[in-house]
Amino acid sequence: MTQPDLRVTIGGLVFKNPVLTASGTFGYGKEFAPYVNLHHLGGVVVKGISLAPRRGNPPPRIVETAGGMLNAIGLENVGLDRFITEKMPYLRGIGTRVIVNILGDSLEEYQTLGQRLSEIEGISALEVNISCPNVKKGGVAFGTDPTMAEAVTRAVCAHSTLPVIVKLSPNVTDITQIARAVEAGGAQAVSLINTLMGMAIDVKSRKPRLANIVGGLSGPAIKPVALRMVWQVAQAVKIPVIGIGGITTTEDALEFLLAGATAIEVGTANFINPRASQEIVEGLARYVTDNRLNGISEVIGGLILP
Amino acid sequence: MKQYEKQAEIVRQEQLTPEIFRLTLKAPEIASTARPGQFVMVRTTPCYDPLLRRPLSIHQTIGDQQVQLMYKVVGKGTRLLAAMTSGQKLNLTGPLGHGFDLAGKQAICLVGGGMGIAPLYFLAREIMRTTSPPKCIVLLGARTATELGPLPRDFMDIGVTETHLATDDGSVGHHGFVAELLPQHLAPSHQWTVCTCGPHPMMKAVVGQCRQHGWQCQVSLETMMACGISACLGCAIPRADLSGPYLHVCKDGPVFKAEEVAWL
Repeated sequence: MTQPDLRVTIGGLVFKNPVLTASGTFGYGKEFAPYVNLHHLGGVVVKGISLAPRRGNPPPRIVETAGGMLNAIGLENVGLDRFITEKMPYLRGIGTRVIVNILGDSLEEYQTLGQRLSEIEGISALEVNISCPNVKKGGVAFGTDPTMAEAVTRAVCAHSTLPVIVKLSPNVTDITQIARAVEAGGAQAVSLINTLMGMAIDVKSRKPRLANIVGGLSGPAIKPVALRMVWQVAQAVKIPVIGIGGITTTEDALEFLLAGATAIEVGTANFINPRASQEIVEGLARYVTDNRLNGISEVIGGLILP
Repeated sequence: MKQYEKQAEIVRQEQLTPEIFRLTLKAPEIASTARPGQFVMVRTTPCYDPLLRRPLSIHQTIGDQQVQLMYKVVGKGTRLLAAMTSGQKLNLTGPLGHGFDLAGKQAICLVGGGMGIAPLYFLAREIMRTTSPPKCIVLLGARTATELGPLPRDFMDIGVTETHLATDDGSVGHHGFVAELLPQHLAPSHQWTVCTCGPHPMMKAVVGQCRQHGWQCQVSLETMMACGISACLGCAIPRADLSGPYLHVCKDGPVFKAEEVAWL
């Protein structure tokens, strides 16, 4: 039996399958090596990197909610230099595409990150975080304003030779407006959604459960919202869309592909089932075989409207 | 360090007290590699409510086949665990984190409070097995005698000759805090290493005693945690000097030298 064709193309790059891991849920890849054959994945999106190391928010940083979790990690990361020297050597050997998620609090920081990472061997693409809601200066302004979103996209694209994926925030009135803006700014793809802003209160102490007071909601609870936004954006732009938001099973992944996503990212599910991403790759292969499709690309955008 | 994700069959589920349960699981890969102080992440349901795994310290390994966990029913996840019976399967990841460091330690005192006693039993067994002659004092604290259940007896059964108890209500042992027992029982003639696990105020008091008397101290900490494998970064705790990058309980711990972390 021949292997089912799961290949997809984004920004001129061919991915062996459409299953990527979402930034901030998969460490720098190595953390999941005991559980997953990393080379079976379509790609790994690593923890968001800023120019300087970031300490992140004080604890408590996470809280469980119905069908989901809130986090306010605060973009803790090792910074660009340590990422290049300590994390990249391992990532070069994992046998799949490495996408580096970047974040900054100024246009210049995004530019520098784009430029420096373009010089590093072993990176396939950049995913630009313009939407992380946790840090006051952490890019929320870029992600919620079409003009700023376009400007930051343009800045990264102008200084980088890598394909640029822009990760969108759902905490906006009309996400298609932002998607069109980053497309105009030169993005080769958009990924969505980042976490939804949320909050939880301990009624005994009357205090917020997160030290940061508010945090980002993720997990199965947000999937219907994410799916709706992916569907809307897929119709609004010509560039490929990468679907993110509560994807936990093969069926979830298929829903996003049908809604128009060319690829998907598995996020919070990695915490619950460290093998989730690989199981979804296997599930998609079975789906293609069982339905006698020529390839997974036949599923993309295959939603049948009533 | 090797880690595994396994479907583990429940061998035995015992109710020790109205709230405390002991679960024995068949998990050979984890049993044969786990060290005292390490933990596993337990998925309490195949569904998504509750969503996250629960971190539970390893109470003991039995031979190279079985892993025993002890837990208190505090919420939905542990209530689901308590309802499970032998023959059913649970998904575990582990063994995770760094355990206690016994290298070169001669005189060891274990101080446990409430569910914090769970990992200390594994440690006591290791001490009795590897140090000769074993010099090990165990101090156990709980709210009531009922809450201690069979644990004091369990320590005696493995040959710990000196076990002292403290309860909040005085129903057994010293009427007061377990940390108050330390100066009473730790002879100044020995260079003690104190290993402690329990509620934060208890450990803080133990750390204070150790600092005062110049004893080394290792603490096993618990925090909210989503993944247990250093991906979510949810389990951050501040360093002793309150600066620099946060420590992460799942990877840098759960056992720390007391002086590494901040005691706020």
